[in-house]
Parts: sequence; structure tokens; C-alpha cells
Amino acid sequence: MEIFVQQLINGITLGSIYGLIAIGYTMVFGIIGMVNFSHGDVFMVSAFFALIFFLVLTQWLGVSSVIVALIIVMVISMILTGLLSWAIERIAYRPLRGSFRLAPLISAIGMSIVLSNFIQVAQGPRNKPTPPMVRDVYTLWDANGYAVTLSLKQIIIIAVTIILLAAFWYLVQKTPLGRAQRACEQDRKMAGLLGINVDRTISLTFVMGAALAAVAGTLFLMYYGVVHFADGFAPGIMAFTAAVLGGIGSLPGAVLGGLLIGLIETLWGQYVSADYKNVAAFSILVVVLIFMPQGILGRPEVEKV
Amino acid sequence: MAESSKAAAAGPDFGKAAKDALLSGIIAFALFGPLVGLRTAQNMNNELVVLNELGKALLITAIVVAGRFLLSAFVFPAIASRGKKSKAILTPEEVAAASARTRNVSRGALLFLLVYPFLMVLIFGVQGSIKWVDNFGIQILIYVMLGWGLNIVIGLAGLLDLGYVAFYAVGAYSYALLAINFDLSFWILLPLSGILAAFWGMILGFPVLRLRGDYLAIVTLAFGEIIRLVLINWKDFSGGSAGISSIPKVTLFGIKFDASPEGFAKMFDLPMSSAYYKIFLYYLILALALLTAYVTLRLRRLPIGRAWEALREDEVACRSLGINTTNTKLTAFAIGAMFAGFAGSFFAARQGFVSPESFVFMESAVIVAIVVLGGMGSMVGVAIAAVVMIGGTELLRELSFLKVVFGNDFNPDQFRMLIFGLAMVATMIVRPRGFVSARQPTAVLFERKAISGDLVKEGHG
Repeated sequence: MEIFVQQLINGITLGSIYGLIAIGYTMVFGIIGMVNFSHGDVFMVSAFFALIFFLVLTQWLGVSSVIVALIIVMVISMILTGLLSWAIERIAYRPLRGSFRLAPLISAIGMSIVLSNFIQVAQGPRNKPTPPMVRDVYTLWDANGYAVTLSLKQIIIIAVTIILLAAFWYLVQKTPLGRAQRACEQDRKMAGLLGINVDRTISLTFVMGAALAAVAGTLFLMYYGVVHFADGFAPGIMAFTAAVLGGIGSLPGAVLGGLLIGLIETLWGQYVSADYKNVAAFSILVVVLIFMPQGILGRPEVEKV
Repeated sequence: MAESSKAAAAGPDFGKAAKDALLSGIIAFALFGPLVGLRTAQNMNNELVVLNELGKALLITAIVVAGRFLLSAFVFPAIASRGKKSKAILTPEEVAAASARTRNVSRGALLFLLVYPFLMVLIFGVQGSIKWVDNFGIQILIYVMLGWGLNIVIGLAGLLDLGYVAFYAVGAYSYALLAINFDLSFWILLPLSGILAAFWGMILGFPVLRLRGDYLAIVTLAFGEIIRLVLINWKDFSGGSAGISSIPKVTLFGIKFDASPEGFAKMFDLPMSSAYYKIFLYYLILALALLTAYVTLRLRRLPIGRAWEALREDEVACRSLGINTTNTKLTAFAIGAMFAGFAGSFFAARQGFVSPESFVFMESAVIVAIVVLGGMGSMVGVAIAAVVMIGGTELLRELSFLKVVFGNDFNPDQFRMLIFGLAMVATMIVRPRGFVSARQPTAVLFERKAISGDLVKEGHG
């Protein structure tokens, strides 16, 4: 029981990170019907932005409060990652709009290779460990020598995720930008005829997805204390699985999917086999795509001739 | 159109170009400044510190600014004033000329491939030829073969398979495990591993029959990763991430390529060298690749090949015309997988060592890139793409003289995949249909003609 609760906490933490990344996948798929394959690597780059600015702030500028440093780092990382994603969309995806369907996917795979190898060249191939940023751990209860703990890191991750999702939900549901996005999702041509700047809306969708990935990247760095140039692939696939499981195109679905995938991964690792936890996640992806491709909260796809 | 030609006549718009350049400079500095200019590294005490290398970042920014300025001022107006000149349909004479050209090029290339090892031996000597035959010849031909195999699945049947490397792994492990545990010869195991890979193609093909496009791509990617992860974790079966070593070599009619008295070198009174084995392997993979090409070309003329191409164009229409889409897709998967299995067993025999490291997703991405960059469905294009991408990146290993220019820490090898990725993106932007983008329909009404790749719906289904 204690172990289960502990794994539940760990799973929700991991799931929050997946959920934040998954939103980027689901929004981009919703609006232009493309699997943004480089999103996982954008997430990885954002963690590097966070790492670099965290070191600059603490070592060069002498910021002693970790929380202040983390907030500044998160904001910087969100801005720069948004910019990165904007540039990628502008260079690699926009010229291919209207091209045949595989072209953007291939371009995105190329971009994913570029990003991870660029970081490898620029920042070196080794793991980048940081000293633990947030150490506090609270014991919830102690039973038979097994203490169920909740660390401050986990509280921060869950709280930041909830706050950002609320803000994001407001943005999509209540602002003109969100309305434009939902309009483009339904019918891009019609939205354009009604005076919506479609290209700009798509760009902003990429930027928003990347900003949320940057939050996830900062939290990932804080939680694990280490980042590596190849760290984009596995979380990227997991987050994509989450987006598909929740129903691609659906924002609440992405978060729900993220939490489920996080829980499945940790619980599988605990109770079945730690070695095969990635196999489990991939199998879920396969099973979901085959048997319920519309996901939990998604709309079924209508086949048109 | 009129406006752009007017602008071109009035000379480049330097004001706008300068504005563009400044903007991209700011963006480039914001991105490269931290990522390149502030390098994180561990110091003596194993602490992570930031090193100031802003000079490099400024250099990259300057290159971006200059490049963007040139693009805005000269290249884009030139492209705009040239306009669209691509023709969708060629006349029969042009088609005949193009196909004659292709035939001549193919014949020339084939002749070159046949004499290539001897050419290398003549130029570099027996020992010096090893590198050129092995690193360039064999390596490129493996990818040509994989590209042609995957071309059946992507280019002909239009099913985007991102897990193709899994079948390559099946072939490699089949040969490695059966050769070590049952002591069977390569020549028995080559067809066997092809058959096993084809079975896996069918097993994995069955569940994904209902999927199309991106979803199919992701599921095949997941299958590829599952196979790799199982190979890593099922240590009793596959040796885990340590892999399997000392896999037996290929023999030529029972003649071994080793130093024993019955070995190839002793038998023909040649000085001992591993070059003979490499040359033999070269011809083996050349034969396998040509077999792939031949089978593909013949299959395209059979009903099944026609069905693949019809499936690629429109699945719904296919079904309504009575084509069994299940069988059509499964045969595409199985035959594509079979060639990957052949290539895999060859790979295992050549390396003498297999580990899951060789079958990562990146390999699948490279093969897909070769097929797409070559122009899906075009055999010549795929071969060109394999030569350019694999040969080009292999050449980067040879550029060690650049160390003189950039200092001793400079390692051109690390830019291999970076350049590969950039080439993928750039080719997609410039020529989304690949290097060879004209198609000759397999079935024709009245006259032969070639159509632009833009009219083909590749990879939709």
C-alpha cells in the first residue's frame, strides 16, 4: 500500500511532465495535422537553456535563492524555446505546407536529428549533472519502516503544471488568439477567408507548445538534476503516446494521457519489470493506435474519399 | 508575378534585405548565444561550470546575417522572377530521351560497380584498397539495398514504415544466433533469415493494416523500438546490450578467408591480406542489392506491383475495385522485410558482431531519408541518395586535414549526423519530391509518358 502510494506520487510527477510536452504535440497535430517529430528535441534543448542560464545565474551573477533563479530560468527558457520553435516552423515546416503529406514529417525527423546533434557538438556528448537544486523532502506517513515521501520538487512540478494548464486553458478558451486557433483547427481555409492570419496563428501554436515544453524541460532538469543531448527522444515518444492515448487534438486529453502514461510507466516499473517499462509504454502506443485511434477524449476520424 | 519581375528589374531591395538580415541576426544570436556561446563543461572538481565562448556564437550569428542578407537581396528575387517552370507532363520524345539516359547511366554505373574493387586495388594497392572497398563500397551498397527494400514499402505501396531497421535486426540476429548455436553455413542462413524477417514483417504488418499515414509511421516506429528493447533486455536470448560476437564469416564454396592452409590466400598463392575477403563481401552485397532491384522491377509489372501502386494512390478506390488491400499491404511489408533480412544477415557476417546499438531508430530514419530524398519509387534516385548521404558522411571521416585549420580538438566526424539532418531538411524544402522527381507510370493508356512527382500521392495511405 505504501509503495503503491509512493509510486502514485512519482507517477503523477512524471505524468505532469509528459502532459506538458504532450500539449505541444496535440496542438500542432490539431491545427496542421502533422506529427511534430522534433518536439521531443525542442524539449531537450529547453532543458539545456535552463541548465545554462541556471549556471550563469548562480555562478556568474551570484543569485543565491534557488527558487528565484528557477523562476527566472523558466521564463528565459520559455522565451528562447518559443523563439527556437518559431524559427524551426518558419524554416523547416512552413515552406512545406501544401506539399505532400510526408514532407513535413520527414523535415521534422531531419530537424530532430539536427537539434540533438547540434547540442552534442555545441555542448559536448557527456551527461550534464547539476548539484541538487531543491532538497526538501516531507514524510507523509511512516508505516513498517517504509516512509511515503513527497519532495518539494514534486510539489513544485505538480503545482506549476496545474497553474500553467489553467492559464493555458484560459488562453485557448477565452482569448481571441485561442478562438483563432480553434477556428484554424476546424477549417483553415474558412478561417483565412474570415480574416484570421492563419500563418501567424500556426506559428503561435508552435510557440505555445514549445513554451510549455520549456516548462517541462526546466522541471525535468530540476527533478532529475541531469540532462543529456539524447534526452529528447524517449520523453518525446512517451509524450506523443500520451497525446494519442488522450485523443490527439484534445487538450484535456493530452494531460489525462500524460498522467496515465506516467502512472503506467512507474507502476509497471515497480510491479512488473523495470527493464521492460519502455516496452510497456510502446505497447500501449501500439494497442491504442490500433484499437482506439481516436483516443479517450478525441473525436473519431471520418474517412473521406 | 509582374510585381516581382519589376522589383528584380529595379535591382535588389537592399533596405528590406538589411531589415531581414538584422532580424535573423537577433534571433540567431538569441538562440546560438546561449547554446554555443555558453558551453557547459565539468571542471577539475567535477562541477559543472559555464565557459564563455561567445566569439563562436558571434561568428555563427555573422554567418547567419550574411547568408540571410544574400538570400533576401539576390536569391529570393531571382527565384521569384524565374517563376514556375516545372512541367507536369512530358512529351513522348522527352520520355524516350529520359529513359534512354537513365538506361545509359544505369549501365555505366553497373559497369563501374563491377570493376570498382579492382580499380581500388590498382590505385591504392591490395592493403590500401580495404578502406575504399569496405568503408565506401560495402557500406554504401548495404544502404542502397536497404533503401531499395524500403522503397517497396514506402515508394510503391505508400506505407510509411519508420521501423524498418527492426527487420534488419531480425536478419542479423537470425544469422548470428543460428550460425553460432547450430553451426549452419551463411548460404543456408541467408534465405532463412530473409524468410524469418518476412514472417516478422507479416506479424507486425497484421495489426497495422487499418492505420494510415502518420499513425502507421508511429506504430511501426514503436514496433522497431520494442524489438530493439527486447533484444537489449532478453539477455539469455540475445546477449543483451553486449551483443553477440565472433559470428562466423562467409565462405566461398567452402573456402575460408583465413590464414589456414585451406584458406583463400594460401590456395591461390596470394600474400595474406583481409582485402580478398572484403572484395568478396563487396561482390556479395552487390549481388544482393542487384537482386533486390531486379525483383522490384519485375514485381512492378506483376498484378501485385500494380496493386501496390494503386493502393498508394487511393485505398478506397482500390477496395471498391476489388483489390484485397489486406494481402496487398502484407505482401509489401513481407517482401520489404525479406530484403532487410538478407541485408541484416550480410551485415552480421561482415561485422562478425551484432548488438542492439546498430539498430536504433536513427538507422531507420537514415533509410527513410534515403528513400525520400532519392524520390520515392525511383530506384536510381534511391541509389543516388545512398551514395550522396552515406558516401558523403563517410567522406567526413577522411577530412582530418581540417584539424590543421581548426585546431586539434576539431573532429569532423561529430558533424556527420548534423549535416545529415540539415541535408534532410534542405532537400525537403528545395525538392520535396526528392532528387529524381519524375515518374513513369507502370501501366499506360495509349502512350508512354512521364509525370511529375507532384501528381503522385506517395505515402498517403
